[in-house]
Amino acid sequence: MSDVKNILLVGVGGQGTILAGKILSNGLLGAGYDVKMSEIHGMAQRGGSVSNQVRYGQKVYSPIIDKGQADILVAFETMEAVRWAPFLKKGGLLVVNDYRIPPAPVLTGSLDYPEGLLEALAAQTPTTVIKAAEIAEGLGNGKAMNIVLFGALIKQMDLADIDWEAQIRANVKASFVDLNLRAFKAGRDAA
Amino acid sequence: MKKLLTGNEAIALGAIEAGVVYAGAYPGTPSTEILEILGSHPRSEIIAEWAPNEKVALESAIGASVAGGRALAAMKHVGVNAAADPLLSFAYSGSNGGLVLVSADDPGLHSSQNEQDNRHYARLAKLPMMEPADSQEAKDMVRAALELSEKYQRPVLLRTTTRINHSKSVVDSGEKIRPPKRPYERQPRFNLVPAVSKQLHVDLEARMLELAAHSEESPLNFIEWHDRKIGVVAAGAAYQYAREVFGEKASYCKIGFSYPLPLKKIRGFAEQVETLYVIEELDPFMEEQIKAAGIKCLGKDLIPICDELAPSVVAKALLGVEPEMVKLEVQAAPRPPTLCAGCPHRGFFYQAGKLKDVVLTSDIGCYGLGGSPPLNAKDTCICMGAASSLGHGAQKTFDFFGEKKRVVANMGDSTFFHTGLLGLMQTVYNNSPVVTCILDNRTTGMTGHQENPGSGFTLQGDQAPVLEIEPLVRALGVRHVKVVNPLDQKAMKEALEWALAITDAPSVIITRWPCVLKRLSRADREEFGDYFHRCEVDTPACVGCRTCVRTGCPALRFDKAAKKTRIEPSQCVGCEICLQVCPKSAIRAVKKGGN
Repeated sequence: MSDVKNILLVGVGGQGTILAGKILSNGLLGAGYDVKMSEIHGMAQRGGSVSNQVRYGQKVYSPIIDKGQADILVAFETMEAVRWAPFLKKGGLLVVNDYRIPPAPVLTGSLDYPEGLLEALAAQTPTTVIKAAEIAEGLGNGKAMNIVLFGALIKQMDLADIDWEAQIRANVKASFVDLNLRAFKAGRDAA
Repeated sequence: MKKLLTGNEAIALGAIEAGVVYAGAYPGTPSTEILEILGSHPRSEIIAEWAPNEKVALESAIGASVAGGRALAAMKHVGVNAAADPLLSFAYSGSNGGLVLVSADDPGLHSSQNEQDNRHYARLAKLPMMEPADSQEAKDMVRAALELSEKYQRPVLLRTTTRINHSKSVVDSGEKIRPPKRPYERQPRFNLVPAVSKQLHVDLEARMLELAAHSEESPLNFIEWHDRKIGVVAAGAAYQYAREVFGEKASYCKIGFSYPLPLKKIRGFAEQVETLYVIEELDPFMEEQIKAAGIKCLGKDLIPICDELAPSVVAKALLGVEPEMVKLEVQAAPRPPTLCAGCPHRGFFYQAGKLKDVVLTSDIGCYGLGGSPPLNAKDTCICMGAASSLGHGAQKTFDFFGEKKRVVANMGDSTFFHTGLLGLMQTVYNNSPVVTCILDNRTTGMTGHQENPGSGFTLQGDQAPVLEIEPLVRALGVRHVKVVNPLDQKAMKEALEWALAITDAPSVIITRWPCVLKRLSRADREEFGDYFHRCEVDTPACVGCRTCVRTGCPALRFDKAAKKTRIEPSQCVGCEICLQVCPKSAIRAVKKGGN
């Protein structure tokens, strides 16, 4: 019924999902799509689960991605992929960072970080696992993990005609452009 | 030029384009960014200010309107409760320069203590109301609201919700105008004494009839004809969800000017569709008015009142369909928000949580997180500024029944300036031994570090006199006052013991240490200096007792298999609380210049 595509970026407060969402949505806007993007601020930022939702197409109505709707889910943290998996549509693509940020109940030892998550995810939906932290650290700065994952996402999307490198240049601080361009390429190559 | 803007960015742009002269707010999610953006404009373009609270913000905006300038006040839904007093009375006076009040509601409680529906304020105060459904509408409605406000001499409510405030959509910017200042004249309508207000109420009712007629003609209310089996009346985000679910299989009466409702237009629409749905978030605000007008419709008997809507919620309620989802056997562990590593509040909550026979009344802010495990140091949190006043009533009642409980109240610096100081005044005036702890982290933390009367700067970056809490507290009549560094656990513990030993008068402990995320000012650096030394665990000495992880610091990791704590170096900022609470001295500070 609708040509609208849904890209859901999820992670933990402070991981840079917002910047990745911003580059993605500005690139899509520049390519002539109608775009809507939602994010949640406030209390969740204090180490909570965060999401950045990008919808694009000829005409977008709802600003939020609903359960069973995401064409691609990019999880910046492994357990967040599990939390948000119900938002993927049947057969939707998952790009998941093999990277754990233990939540408070795990840090204090009252709960365990669940095991076997990547296998469980891959059994249910087409999954690409990226070791984005290792890749970013290999490039000299672990913080570029978000752009590594962004590169992996772009590989999965059919949007080769958008000049993503120009978008990265326009949206990150000048001193980080080079690092982020390398991170973007590394992410694309890894996916 | 087309840009992707959040609703808040669009509202700020709308205010700039429409020549708003004065904008005021108190920060509150999801409204905060409106004034942050306006504050980045020069004072020659707009006066943008943080007020101590929402009541003050609205009153100053009212003053600007009375003087003849265009004005805007912005606040979260519960902030309007604080500002309700001037709002409901100024509705009688009516505006001179256009006045728009942005109420940012939070259906789904993303960051709030309730999910009240502020559309009721439009009816209660008899204000015209507009509700944008995307950022373009948000921007355009600011201007439309200001023009309407000047034409009908009414303040206008611009009611948004989190999904409008924090979603980005495409906005076309327009031209900037600077309407001439409207003349100021002394007029009886600004002087609400009974004889004047009696007539103003009559005038207000007449004005509402004119506005109802205006609503029928307003381009903000329009009909989209598609299939006529289903007709939908909807406004705001709910319109987008309805559009998503029904597409062109329904016709829409899209409401943008939502009070007074265009009931004639809705009646005409209803007559041409088979089934009429009113799809709205939270209360049946439109539905009840539509039903009262004798128009048959379906709404809240199918659509939930609680929580925010989403396309799937609408689809399930009205079509009985649920989305197909990826289902997993494994489950994610919860990830609750926590106090940051190095948060000075942790020092207070760790000690407060260990007190026996104490009720901890808290307040709205990051310290709300002090109630979560493992700190578990909070009994109440109701509204901004309630800690001491609520604590006072509780203490008096415990005492009345001879129950041996003490009340320890806590609130932040910004919350103290907001309304908390009045609660403290209550403990002095009506004398109760409430221990009030003012957690002075030198900023407004939860909403993202806004300046406040104690921070030394204004929203537009000017230096301001620093409102010092200690002299203020003494001036209120508190005789027992102590200032401590909350990271110093011995001092913190002793301060609480000292205060609890005072049984015949109120006392105040000011914990003074900056928010770990705050960008320190020069004065901050001079005062708090070079304190921090990253900590590490002397692993052989660690006995695995977990005392340190009970501080809830996210930099600490307890390894269950090894029965040892480890400190994540990238997260530790060196507050040294874990070092102080470790009973085995197994945590040490890494001195600067060392490894």
